[in-house]
Amino acid sequence: MHVELTEEQEMIRAMAREFADKEVRPIAAEIDRDARFPRETVRRMGALGLLGMTIPPAYGGSGADAVSYVVAMEEIAKACASHAVILSVNNSLYCEPVYKYGSEEQRQRLLVPFVTGEKIGCFALTEPQAGSDATNQTTLAVRAGDHYVVNGRKVFVTSGRESSAALVFCQTDRGQGHGGISVLIIESGTPGFLVPKVEEKLGLRASDTAEFLFEDCRVPVANRLGDEGLGIKIAMSSLDSGRIGIAAQALGIAAGAYELAVAYARERRSFGVPIGQHQMVQWMLADMATAIDAARLLTLRAAALKDAKKPFGTAAAMAKLFASETAMKATTDAIQVHGGYGYIKDFQVERYFRDAKITQIYEGTSQIQKLVIARSLLGGA
Amino acid sequence: MKILVPIKQVPDTATQVRVAADARAIESAGITWIISPYDEFAVEEALRIKEKRGQGEVVAVSLGPDRVKEALRSCLAMGADRAIHVNDPAFADADTLTTARALAAVIKQEAPQLAIFGRQAIDDDMGALPAQVAELLGWPSLYWIMEEAIAADGASIRAGRQVEGGLEVFEASLPCVLAAQKGLNEPRYPTLKGIMGAKKKEIKDLKAADLGIAPEPPQLSVARLESLPPRPPGRVIGGDVHEAVRELVRALREEAKAI
Repeated sequence: MHVELTEEQEMIRAMAREFADKEVRPIAAEIDRDARFPRETVRRMGALGLLGMTIPPAYGGSGADAVSYVVAMEEIAKACASHAVILSVNNSLYCEPVYKYGSEEQRQRLLVPFVTGEKIGCFALTEPQAGSDATNQTTLAVRAGDHYVVNGRKVFVTSGRESSAALVFCQTDRGQGHGGISVLIIESGTPGFLVPKVEEKLGLRASDTAEFLFEDCRVPVANRLGDEGLGIKIAMSSLDSGRIGIAAQALGIAAGAYELAVAYARERRSFGVPIGQHQMVQWMLADMATAIDAARLLTLRAAALKDAKKPFGTAAAMAKLFASETAMKATTDAIQVHGGYGYIKDFQVERYFRDAKITQIYEGTSQIQKLVIARSLLGGA
Repeated sequence: MKILVPIKQVPDTATQVRVAADARAIESAGITWIISPYDEFAVEEALRIKEKRGQGEVVAVSLGPDRVKEALRSCLAMGADRAIHVNDPAFADADTLTTARALAAVIKQEAPQLAIFGRQAIDDDMGALPAQVAELLGWPSLYWIMEEAIAADGASIRAGRQVEGGLEVFEASLPCVLAAQKGLNEPRYPTLKGIMGAKKKEIKDLKAADLGIAPEPPQLSVARLESLPPRPPGRVIGGDVHEAVRELVRALREEAKAI
């Protein structure tokens, strides 16, 4: 069994790390404080090829594998979790499904500019009453000639306000239940597509999380992704991939907080020695390092399975579950290592702690991951 | 315009350098290797010249063991067209003159119009190669370059070099050797596409014999490496503030001789 990255994957890690350290880390605290979407660095991530990593070169992408994607995500998340989620949503939840299910015409029009960083995309599945219960969709799309007329509301859309297009999950045939859900790609600026609200959040404050309102919004049939009724299949396959991205983000948050804790443990002195000499601190650091390594291996395994075109849904759920729980624990302990200084903003770890929490919630809560894992263990029973 | 960029692979700047047991080299285990930062300015400038002129070829060259391929591959990922790796155990103890002779031989074979070096490698800081290579080739050389502009006809170059308090602008005929100073440009990150494409580009392996040279024993060799003595710890002057200030001023004047 190989657990070493290829030379190419190492180069991608080095590039992502250098970019993150030089361009992202210096602004991370400020954009968190001001809840400012980092347009400039997002565009630069596009120019570097990080926004559509796995998309083939024919559509402007780099044709990188999922392992490379995990490696790059971890490095970006180590510096700033907001940048990482913007990256993850654009890669896994917008570009991948548009590539996988889009027609040639749709790929040219609605994929290429989103791979290069000219535009970014988002994924609008959650509704006020449909979170974990994602099939309970009420947004309605009624066919009228060569258009659909869309009415409804979406919430918690990551990158919602900044996006130029959204995958919007709608009921096109209520009689079919969740078999009647379809995906429309709705472009910003379409009349009747409103963004009434951007949420104030605990963490990931530089990523905008928006509410969408559709009022008699007319969307061309040419913007439907895949056939009618394919919505849940597209959602589930996108979320399987998305979970690898979020696992990598959680891993990066944990690893970033851990690195800060190690540096502090070397520097800060108490009772005449660096606090890293105290066994209780060593204990926390050793536990953090072990859990982070385990999370990294689980995440890389899920990505490697995907690259080998083998089933990876359960592995992705395990990786996402374990990495996000590790992120919460590691950031909590990183603050503990910092003591009172960890609780104030001067020392950064409090941001990692606030950013970590969402990884246990979005793209499937920890509880939903356990459900997914248990179902795969028990089969249909 | 063909541009040759000789690069050196050096330990990462964050490396905790330890002297090896024989006291003639550093401990190489566990070191992360990078392209010497001044050489990155050289690669970047070569790529910019090619882009500005809309044509040309950038060739990265390095002399060293197998690991040097990683550094060459990074140059290819940044955008260099191909690379040459002078990889021969005969060069294991090469001093700067031996290395300069090998690079001069590569340059003669490749016949570029320009060879851009970094002004020095950040490991041993010799800074000797650009001048030695230029001397062997009979080319002009310009060090500490902060800006350059090649004439439209490609026959000459105007280059500004950093001097105390200002810029000294030279004109030189081509071919010539430049040695890049920090500030010449801001090196690009390799793009993902560049990284993915790098493995398809050629890295040609050359032995001394391919260059028609037989390395002579080095005329310069390291006699001994010594670590710097550890910095003495700081001193806290306690007690009554007036007394402490008096003591501080005395220590600064009489012991540190700083005031």
